[in-house]
Amino acid sequence: MSTATITRRTEGGPDAPPRRRKLTPLRILLHGFLVVVSLAWLFPIAWAVLTSLRSYDYTAANGYVSFGGWTFDNYVTAWRTAEFGQHFLNSVYITVPAVLLTLFLASCVAFVIARFSWKLNLVLLGIFTAANLLPQQALLIPLFRLFTEVPLPEFMSDSELLYDSYWGLILINVAFQCGFCVFVLSNYMKALPRDLYEAAMVDGASIWRQYWQVTMPLCRPALAALATLEVTWIYNEFFWATVLMRTGDKFPVTSSLNNLRGEFFTDNNLVSAGSVLVAIPTLVIFFMLQRHFVRGLTLGASKG
Amino acid sequence: MSDLPLIQADRAVPPPAATTSTGGRRRRLRLLSRTDRVVITLMVLVPLLLVTGFVWLPAAATVLLSGTNWDGIGPLNEIEFVGARNYSDVVNIYPPFVPAVQHNLLWLAALFVVATPFGMFLAVLLDKELRGSRFYQTALYLPVVLSLALIGFVWQLLYSRDQGLINAVFGSNIDWYGDSNVNIWAVMIASGWRHVGYIMLLYLAGLKGVDPSLREAAAVDGASESRAFFRVVFPVMRPINIIVLVVTVIESLRAFDLVWVVNKGRNGLELISALVTQNVVGEASRIGFGSALATIMLVVSLVFITIYLATVMRENRE
Repeated sequence: MSTATITRRTEGGPDAPPRRRKLTPLRILLHGFLVVVSLAWLFPIAWAVLTSLRSYDYTAANGYVSFGGWTFDNYVTAWRTAEFGQHFLNSVYITVPAVLLTLFLASCVAFVIARFSWKLNLVLLGIFTAANLLPQQALLIPLFRLFTEVPLPEFMSDSELLYDSYWGLILINVAFQCGFCVFVLSNYMKALPRDLYEAAMVDGASIWRQYWQVTMPLCRPALAALATLEVTWIYNEFFWATVLMRTGDKFPVTSSLNNLRGEFFTDNNLVSAGSVLVAIPTLVIFFMLQRHFVRGLTLGASKG
Repeated sequence: MSDLPLIQADRAVPPPAATTSTGGRRRRLRLLSRTDRVVITLMVLVPLLLVTGFVWLPAAATVLLSGTNWDGIGPLNEIEFVGARNYSDVVNIYPPFVPAVQHNLLWLAALFVVATPFGMFLAVLLDKELRGSRFYQTALYLPVVLSLALIGFVWQLLYSRDQGLINAVFGSNIDWYGDSNVNIWAVMIASGWRHVGYIMLLYLAGLKGVDPSLREAAAVDGASESRAFFRVVFPVMRPINIIVLVVTVIESLRAFDLVWVVNKGRNGLELISALVTQNVVGEASRIGFGSALATIMLVVSLVFITIYLATVMRENRE
């Protein structure tokens, strides 16, 4: 939130009458419309949860528009056959380091952009922000070749290449996501009062200490919002893992979905159980950290 | 590549407060110790190398490769330049290309004409501080947290021919994901389902930032609510409108995950992104050819990225 919006709101506060109007027919119509749309939007997810809790034999015999056959077995079967345990772990291996590294590197660049007013800063900001918006497929061909050429020691990757390794996926995710975070964080840091740095310089604080002990603690709300968003995005990332991984049991959850198709194809109840399992981490994040999630998305669009 | 137009767009706006900060800047520069300068260099250089090496250099290499006949396996010194032949091949002798372009445009049109305005409309309704607004918002942007790959699976439960809900309810017998006459519409609906929530969120944030006194003034003047919106609020939100436009274009250009999980972008679901991928990881690796396709994507996206950057950077200066 910029300081401008805050003052504007408090100014409008005392004079503005309380906004609760009476229920007119128009209001009822509005609520009716919104309820219908909301329920329609929730329906596909609710249907997936519902289907996942019913046995295949029951729905095969009675059709899906029926009631009964409740069971939890689909989850057990889906978890076992699709090796979700391993795939979730792979997602953690990729997501956690990638998010931490993205936030660290992006905050470094953002700090320099916000702290100094050099001409080159705008070019820098442009290079990072634009990189985040490019279509991934446009980089695929040279990157694919690069990944199959760069060797890694065996203790880092059993493929001994950047290709088919967690390292490669982490790096490409960081490179791609940095741009958005640089953009949001530099805006956020620019809004911090400059006197802080003057005071820190009087105390003889080095640039690194100004970054780590003055700026970063103040950026906690923005970092929390970005972390929430980036965890969701990198967890949801599908393309890079699909094209830059080969070994089946090294795929993160989202891209492993593609391999499940064959195994689950004839059984929609299993498909739905698998889908719900994959959705659970993002839904938990969403409901627990909804505020951060929404703020992260809108920080990028508005002035922050 | 996008730097040039960016800098120009930038110069069009005089840098505010430049006079006040120059003196301070010079003083600050002198106060930087040697360690400080090394630290600053590293703070910028490490992320910059990563982004250049993994994003910008590959993008430039894609453009270069699109002019060659490289097969992706042979040594790099055997590369021959073939001029625009890959491009003419793409257009003339590659049957999936024309459908792919049509599908990408259709995708853009569907998002732009239906999903984006609907998201905006919902945002305007939800901006009225209604009771239960939180519930409505949550329901509408819930799909935004799901990956498009997962959305492909969730909608399969509705679309499947033998086990899907739609056929069960309407007694039809259509393979919504498989039939090449309808499957592009089916995946676009699933994608729009997510897009509406995203746009609503962006737009709601934009509406919250509009000065309330503007609307009050319009109300005092006796303007109706819709008139006040179109004449007063909508023009003020120009930056958000442009961002929403660019987000829509880029989303429809980058559409990939959904068609890839359904059938790897074949049989009615051709998209340029999927064709590029097929040409690289598929059996036939036609590098120059795939690069020509990728370059087309790159050029289109750079146009809109430039518009985006010019908008947000101007916005930031004000």
